[in-house]
Amino acid sequence: MADTMPSYIGRSVVRREDNRLLKGAGTFVGDMKLDGMLHVAIVRSQLAHARINAIDLDAARGVDGVALALAGADLKDVLPPISGMQVTAPKTWRDGMDPRIEIPDQTLVPHDKLRYVGEPYALVVASDRYIAEDAAELIEGDFETLPPVANAEAAVNADALVHDHLPGNIAATLHAKKGDGETALETAPRRLKRRYFHHRYAAMPMECRGVVAEYDSRTDSITVWSSTQVVHWVRREVANALDMPEERVRVVAPDVGGGFGGKGHVYPEDILVAYLAKRLGRPVKWLEDRHEHLLNAAHSRDNLFDIEVGFDDDGKISVVKNYFLVDSGAYSPVGAAIAGNSIAHFMGPYDIPHYESDCKVMMTNRTPNAPYRGAGRPEVAFAMERSIDLIANELELDPAEVRFRNMIQPEQMPYAVGLPYRDGVMIEYDSGDYPEALRKALDGVGGLDAFRKRQKKALAEGRYLGLGLGCYVEGTGIGPFEGATVKIDSSGKVMVATGACPQGQGHETAFAQVAADIWGVDIDDVVVTLADTSHVTMGYGTIASRSAVTASGAIQESSDKVKEKVFAIAANVLEASESDLELRDGSVGVKGVPEMSMTLKEVARAALPGWIHQRPEGIEAGLEGTAYYEPPTVTWAYAANAAIVEIDTQTGVVKIENYVEVHDAGTLINPAIADGQVKGGLVQGIGGGLFEELSYDEHGQLMTGSFMDYLLPTASDVPPINVIHSETPSPRNSFGFKGLGEGGAIAPPVVIANAVCDALKPFGAELNSTPVRAEDILNILDAGAAAAE
Amino acid sequence: MTASRTISVSINGEVLTGDAAPRMLLADFLRDVLGKTGTHVGCEHGVCGACTIIVDGVAARSCLMFAVQAEGADIKTVEGLADGDDLHPLQKLFSEHRALQCGYCTPGMLMTAIDLVESNSSLTTEDIKVGMSAALCRCTGYEGIIKAVTAYAEQVHGKPVRQESDNG
Repeated sequence: MADTMPSYIGRSVVRREDNRLLKGAGTFVGDMKLDGMLHVAIVRSQLAHARINAIDLDAARGVDGVALALAGADLKDVLPPISGMQVTAPKTWRDGMDPRIEIPDQTLVPHDKLRYVGEPYALVVASDRYIAEDAAELIEGDFETLPPVANAEAAVNADALVHDHLPGNIAATLHAKKGDGETALETAPRRLKRRYFHHRYAAMPMECRGVVAEYDSRTDSITVWSSTQVVHWVRREVANALDMPEERVRVVAPDVGGGFGGKGHVYPEDILVAYLAKRLGRPVKWLEDRHEHLLNAAHSRDNLFDIEVGFDDDGKISVVKNYFLVDSGAYSPVGAAIAGNSIAHFMGPYDIPHYESDCKVMMTNRTPNAPYRGAGRPEVAFAMERSIDLIANELELDPAEVRFRNMIQPEQMPYAVGLPYRDGVMIEYDSGDYPEALRKALDGVGGLDAFRKRQKKALAEGRYLGLGLGCYVEGTGIGPFEGATVKIDSSGKVMVATGACPQGQGHETAFAQVAADIWGVDIDDVVVTLADTSHVTMGYGTIASRSAVTASGAIQESSDKVKEKVFAIAANVLEASESDLELRDGSVGVKGVPEMSMTLKEVARAALPGWIHQRPEGIEAGLEGTAYYEPPTVTWAYAANAAIVEIDTQTGVVKIENYVEVHDAGTLINPAIADGQVKGGLVQGIGGGLFEELSYDEHGQLMTGSFMDYLLPTASDVPPINVIHSETPSPRNSFGFKGLGEGGAIAPPVVIANAVCDALKPFGAELNSTPVRAEDILNILDAGAAAAE
Repeated sequence: MTASRTISVSINGEVLTGDAAPRMLLADFLRDVLGKTGTHVGCEHGVCGACTIIVDGVAARSCLMFAVQAEGADIKTVEGLADGDDLHPLQKLFSEHRALQCGYCTPGMLMTAIDLVESNSSLTTEDIKVGMSAALCRCTGYEGIIKAVTAYAEQVHGKPVRQESDNG
């Protein structure tokens, strides 16, 4: 931190991104047009599971304007599969999770077998996209249909195998425990046993994916522009596949139109387009259309839980046993990472002495499953928070009361959970007041007692109101690292580059705020460069609610290196002692002596190499520093949600009257941006809770392959939402930051399900799966009416 | 394939011409032939509204029109809103109310809002929500968008936007 007080962190500075985006002057991958650029159309499987006998490319190759048509067989000895599909995990995590992981490599274009509807099996490169699609339509395949492995539960006992080397269709198993779950269940006064299903939906950014690549034969280098959240990961895979030094591969994510995790790993097209550009010696562009996106961009969620909970007559939970299946689809782009998150987050903000979890990551003939906003947390929040409401029902207690009785109290902080996090460190919730968050959320919807009175009165009038609650904690700011380079050149501007890859989070603004405070300069004197591998040697990217913590840490550590030089050089020039110097308003000066100072611009000139320099002995030339911040472990954000719904008994429609989330992500960099992140996440969660569904039939065909069937929330679907931000600083970094990108999306599905069940309690409603569809509600009403007769 | 023909359209007051095959979508013609990439494409089946432009005074999905249908049309796109560095009032309100994050839906949102507000002088809050449902945003949760469009309607028509309850 600069010696002057922080002046930008905590302020809702207007975003520097806005001007170009509002004018339509941003540059998304689809906007790029390079001289001589060719266009790719990809031919995708219409079968869920099939042996490839032959692909006939002759007709496509004969179309005027077609430069190249290829099938998997043409690439099988040329391009390796995507490597490293299991995100690295340290030994301490492996010791605690007992993992058996055999994540299959993902072939870019299969030549032998197709494993999901939407998987690529051929492609065409042509002078324009219309011609490429014409030619793609002429490609004929001879396929032998195989029995589909339709879902995770069926996969367990299926004769058919998605991958021949994975018996039982199991890609990974994880097992973790704390205490002695078995004994605790046997001795628990009461038990609850339930099956929960959290359905499949997806990130669905408004910009589909896209890749442009250009090869330069003079330097034998390639530049790839991809709509991705992980430029350095894409660079590594492209370099590996094309057998090029990473130094000769530059990957840039220009303006990216939303990601939410769906663009958070390497896809086959990232590599294919780079390969085609190099092979053809011309720029090549591929843009995913929406139908392709629905079929082929990663899906998420899709977990089946069998839960057993032990508790006593007061509702105090002593044990949770959790056995669950993840339907990972045909591949698993980040391995068992989502399942690991699920295991680690199950107990949420509750103090539960015994816990045991077993998980199988199953391969099925569905689109690959990868992290999407929440990444394993919405699924377990659903199972845990539904269980609490069911316990409350059984004991005739208010669901709020059961939560308060089980919550970790503020005086228990930091709280050791007894399980390892994905970074290998034993989980210790760092800070916060969970009961206070729930109290505030209840106040936010008008108070618990007031609501119960209203609910009773409404019921007497034949109206069904319900209150839904949902609480969660979220590990954020995960490592392994983020990189940043900070430079000050003769212009005197502070230039900051990090491996963060924004997709709408306002990083250019937020990191300018952070750097301006670190350096005590005007925010307009900070230049921020993101999502470009040519500016930072190693980087990780923007996934997993991590950048506020990790990129800020990297900016701070690299700044510290540069500051050492700045002070040494200024001390030399000003003939002062370093310890007497301070940063102030873009200058370095002697404390208490306003006239004795020099600007950063002057320091940068004094730092230049050559005979005019003014560096003291032993100080290297140039003001430039790079650091790789390795966080000690994650920071723990948390939230409590409360919503009031009313059920339309004629149509089964759920009307959310009011939705409140009390959210704590530590110190906020830019409160308006933070508020937008949480609200945007909440609306995605409401979409997942009520409308969005990637639904498959028994043949493995996606039934919701367009926006006519896959329903995103619209402006008129959104209820009044109030987000109340608490700011309990994290003790794990000097800023007090925690991450907040994902949180909003975690709770709404279970909050809605709980609210609906509360409203329809007179009908004995029990909804244990998502989404909450109008027909489910009508069925509850019909069944309740039938029972009453 | 049918031969291309030359299409002439007025874009933000400037007459531009380019060649388009009869099957070329208007969105592709604007973006790829005329270089007006401010208009974005989000679904190509008329649902998301990212490609919304104003054709002869009415909001239209440019992914659901062919370029040949636009011959001689007067088209307004996002590029015509700002006057140089001076943002259009609605653009300023979008920034002020945090009505954008990634910015991909924004051009379509702006054109949808302009058509909605300028063609209706007695909008209610509900009208604005329903009207803006013509375009999808995945980032913001819409709150900022509704606030910005409401403020714009109040600016344009010089009176407050009525709440639903006002309708009795």
